Amino acid sequence: MKTTKSIGIYILRGITLLIAVAIFSFALAQISPVDPVRQYIQANPGVSAENVEAMKEYWGLNDSPVERFFKWFSAVLHGDWGYSTTFRQPVLQVIGIRFKTSLALMMTAWTFSGVLGFAIGCIMALFRDRLFDRIVKRICLVMCSVPTFWIGLVFLAVFSAILGWFPFGLAVPAGVPAEAVTLGQRIHHLILPALTLSFLSFANLALHTREKLLEVYDSDYALFAKARGDSDLKILFKHGIRNSLLPAITMQFGSFGELFGGSMFAENIFSYPGLGAATSAAGTGGTDIPLFLGIVLFTSIFIFTGNLMANILYQVVDPQTREGVKK
Amino acid sequence: MNALEIKNLSLSFIMYDTGIKKKALKVISDLNITLKEGEIHTIVGSSGSGKSLLAHAILGILPRNAITDGEMNWFGESLTPVLQKKLRGDQLILVPQSVTYLDPLMRVGKQICKDKAIAKDVLKKYELDEQVAKKYPFELSGGMARRTLMATAAATKAKVIIADEPTPGLSPKLAEGAMAHFRELADQGAAILLITHDLDLALRYADRISVFYAGTTLETAKASDFQKEEFLRHPYSKALWRAMPQNKFEPTAGTQPYAGNLPSGCVFADRCPQRTDACAVRPKAHTVREGEVCCHHAN
Repeated sequence: MKTTKSIGIYILRGITLLIAVAIFSFALAQISPVDPVRQYIQANPGVSAENVEAMKEYWGLNDSPVERFFKWFSAVLHGDWGYSTTFRQPVLQVIGIRFKTSLALMMTAWTFSGVLGFAIGCIMALFRDRLFDRIVKRICLVMCSVPTFWIGLVFLAVFSAILGWFPFGLAVPAGVPAEAVTLGQRIHHLILPALTLSFLSFANLALHTREKLLEVYDSDYALFAKARGDSDLKILFKHGIRNSLLPAITMQFGSFGELFGGSMFAENIFSYPGLGAATSAAGTGGTDIPLFLGIVLFTSIFIFTGNLMANILYQVVDPQTREGVKK
Repeated sequence: MNALEIKNLSLSFIMYDTGIKKKALKVISDLNITLKEGEIHTIVGSSGSGKSLLAHAILGILPRNAITDGEMNWFGESLTPVLQKKLRGDQLILVPQSVTYLDPLMRVGKQICKDKAIAKDVLKKYELDEQVAKKYPFELSGGMARRTLMATAAATKAKVIIADEPTPGLSPKLAEGAMAHFRELADQGAAILLITHDLDLALRYADRISVFYAGTTLETAKASDFQKEEFLRHPYSKALWRAMPQNKFEPTAGTQPYAGNLPSGCVFADRCPQRTDACAVRPKAHTVREGEVCCHHAN
């Protein structure tokens, strides 16, 4: 009962967050020196000053900012997110297509870094302070401080340029009709960017898991398990995973923000046509304000969903919060 | 038969001093204890005297930086790490102090015994509701938690049970109940090492009592010796006796010296009314009136 109530509260908070994000990003777009009309007509010399003025009037640019905000926001609420000048498509459609491509990439990277990070963390804790642990710990610390774009470039150089195992970029082979692209080809194109993106967080998760497991190994209940004849490995499976999996999963869900941020770099390096690449296209190339605002709103929802899932998970899975809630 | 014999046990921790210099901190020295089948042997001593570490040393679950020296025998056989590993949880059992020794995310029943039927059996024996098996440790009350911990021992074929402070936090009635359960386990043939600082309770249920001080046993006596001050051998045991409310309720000045700060002579010398020059040499354990004592002046 209470769980439903607290989920309700979270969602309410999410809605207020979205409104705040909308106001804030809209205000930022207003302050920016970008002139939408100039952006639209580009350097077309055939447009006269009167035409520009007429366009401004037509687009409502002469109205007060508050009025314009409400116009835009109510349109957004009605499902009209505007028209992207960069892609010549409605914003919602751009986001929809791009997000699908990105989602495959992000979820692959997310799952991969989650499984790998957790497993490495477990092994490190098992070999605590021994050579394996010491070496891997240092590698992880280095990985934590290496920027995504650099890893991407190294991967491209090694695996695509030198070894030739993977394509140089894009989500599908160039020059092949969309219907003819096989799943295998898609996966082949996905691997390198996903690997790059997963390097963003696996080291972090491994170190976090290691730390959490060492806490378990130092706990009274692990000592008691040992006193009852359990080996370190058995303690890991009986108590370690049970006590460290939930924080690890929560951490993974909480990393949706970094995941999206990282996808911007990874997608740009690999010319992967996802939402991250669209974001930088909207922000830098044509300064596509409707698309930009749309992406900001959308990613807010995306990140919020991640955090919401982490919160719900804690309440549903952890008996200490779950049973407490029941009473 | 002697179930467990501990002779001249010492225990040190390797610590980093300043920088990379290592030093050994001795926390238990010259400790002697013999557990007999069917007996409750109690170790009484104040906090910080190394009681829990003794329990961990017997089980072989000390941290990696600990080194032990001395002799431990299990039914006449040397208690090696390999043997410890084999016996742990099967014949050599620990009853831990508190609910923190249970996994917070695992249901209690599973932690008592994997075998559901046995878990159910011992729960009944300790007057715990069947529902307790389905609870998580944080849902147990203090008394329930203690009985659950005791139940973990009853679910085994224990030959030696080491109970580390099993009674604090229990109401007198529950504490008596817990002791009665230990008595019952002993009567079934188990040797029980009971670590406690509740001397009063120990006196009523134990067969023999070792007085532990600054990491060593100063005296081992029959429980009945604690009836009168004159029956006791060591000045510290006598001081303990005098400190009991029903006796003189008389405190002894000073505090126990801590590990790393121990005198080279008798550890109790600085607080002892009978101190002489001879006490500058650490006394060895010897038998006086059927009890063991470490004191030059015992008679």
